[in-house]
Amino acid sequence: MASEVRYSGQPASPGLAIGVVVVSDRIAAMARDVGSPDEEIAALKAAVASAAAAIGDLITRVEDTNPEGAAILEFQFAMLEDDALIEPAIARIANGSAADVAFAEVMDEMAADYEASGDDYFAARASDLRDLKERVVRALSGDDEDVLELPDNGVLIADDLTPSAFLSIQWRNGQAIALSTGSPTAHVAILARARDIPMAVGLGPIKAADGETAILDGEAGTLTLDPDAQTARRSRDRLAEQSRQSAADANQLAEPAITADGEPVEVHINIAGPAELDEIDPTICDGVGLVRTEFLFSNRDGLPDEDEQAAAYERILIWAKGKPVTIRTLDAGGDKPIAGYTLDGEGNPFLGLRGIRLSLARHAVFETQLRALVRAAPVGSLRIMVPMVSIPDEMTTVNRLVDGLVSDEGSRPAVGMMVEVPSAALTLERFTTDFVSIGSNDLTQYVMAASRDSSDVAALQDAADPAVLKLIAMTVDAAKRMGIPVSLCGDAAADPRVLPALLATGLRSISVVPSAVGRVKRIIRSWSAAQFRTEA
Amino acid sequence: MSDVSSAEASVFMTHDVGLHARPSVALTKLAKSHGAAIELAQAADGPWIDAKSIVKVMAMKAPKDTTLYFRAEGEGADAAVADLVALVENDFGLDD
Repeated sequence: MASEVRYSGQPASPGLAIGVVVVSDRIAAMARDVGSPDEEIAALKAAVASAAAAIGDLITRVEDTNPEGAAILEFQFAMLEDDALIEPAIARIANGSAADVAFAEVMDEMAADYEASGDDYFAARASDLRDLKERVVRALSGDDEDVLELPDNGVLIADDLTPSAFLSIQWRNGQAIALSTGSPTAHVAILARARDIPMAVGLGPIKAADGETAILDGEAGTLTLDPDAQTARRSRDRLAEQSRQSAADANQLAEPAITADGEPVEVHINIAGPAELDEIDPTICDGVGLVRTEFLFSNRDGLPDEDEQAAAYERILIWAKGKPVTIRTLDAGGDKPIAGYTLDGEGNPFLGLRGIRLSLARHAVFETQLRALVRAAPVGSLRIMVPMVSIPDEMTTVNRLVDGLVSDEGSRPAVGMMVEVPSAALTLERFTTDFVSIGSNDLTQYVMAASRDSSDVAALQDAADPAVLKLIAMTVDAAKRMGIPVSLCGDAAADPRVLPALLATGLRSISVVPSAVGRVKRIIRSWSAAQFRTEA
Repeated sequence: MSDVSSAEASVFMTHDVGLHARPSVALTKLAKSHGAAIELAQAADGPWIDAKSIVKVMAMKAPKDTTLYFRAEGEGADAAVADLVALVENDFGLDD
């Protein structure tokens, strides 16, 4: 009989899934018969040629619209055309290695060599080598698809998952993620919550085989393999309850968010790019409270130019049909590196050159983004939001840059700031800003001195801690005194445990992932100040 | 200049980021357009690598402010070396 094994970690994205195990490390090498050395060498050469042809096609497709990206692809193409690329792999195959293993090893070593060069430019190219490796290994396994296909009820098990790997998968409801390492506040967790994919992290080493039955509990942060009959039945009951609940939440979607004592609360949505909006009805929200623009910059080759950015911003503004759209300028650094842009090897990246600090240090990239934003502004109601502001000077500089780009005052988009550094929360009056949005994830990390990417201190990452709530209340009060709008766009707003306390600070505008809109409206509609005081 | 010959030259590279991806693509492309065998080194006494192989050129990881040495052998060796020196002097035809 199967015996149940349970792994405990931290919850990273709520929900429950019952499905079959897919171990991600095995996917690339799956179902490949190894031939004789001669056959393996021929297979490797054919795979390299087909990868080169695919990149050649890609270059033709992007060279007009994205010359920077095309230049990087040309580098990958030239590498694949060079016989010297596969020479060391051929030597290993002659010694008995399989083609995919030999090539992967050689490319990993080459990437490590680039990274060890101590030169940022060479180090950043290591990601190109890994791209090439994956492309060739995929071609060897006869799988030309660019995306990893999970079965409908697949539970993906991996050591860790990068945001770009997450984005390359076509997620469907019913799937789930279990990670040996990682943290609930890492970027990939935010993406999983936005897509409504249950996820647990920090589970430790997992011994699992493809096809095993798995239960992933995104609320408890546990993974159960080969569940016994009783566990399986309990989970199926909960799953049924969960789908009843989400049906109930769906009924709340179109309803206005008004508290039980009659106060309206604005509910905006957080998005990571225009593609997410295709499935969302704009009438369910009061606007887009946070557009993360990092995704225009990562998971790609080269930086996007002004035209490409303006087109993406305009698409979001058109979707919003006149409702306010708050677009955050590039917030790279911390746990969101961008090859060739962010610094490598910072000792403490969350306290380093990130957000607006990095933007002001990389002026050309920032100005291009501001130009694209100002250009897109007339299409709708655009607000520019600046991340990681710590001192008034930073806002003064940004305001001056925006002033220099607008022709007349009437077309100037509002320029506001994130409040996520305690210095800003403590002394908001010092800052020149048209609006504020509280970034509760980073604010919590800085107030509690608990790193977002460490699973060991996840318990300290609590936005409901009185110290964090006090700074949020101070920010709400200060913004009201200054007569400017205040909102909150962190995960805390979608957390049923924290949202009531946030409403009690006087906050009347929040921004949450689209999948949470129904849930937060249900909570808001049952909340009243009097009731909250009684319970607290 | 149709004689079979050999040629050598060196040039100081000032391109902002050194012999990085795009400069390497430009350099190996130009080298491959010549029939002569062309080698590249970061010192007058080598080690020499094939200037037509981007894998080997990138593996040199030559940073900014390096002197690059070229040597060529075979038909059109003089022209090949002169072309490559001119490419490096022109910052690889890149404006960044």
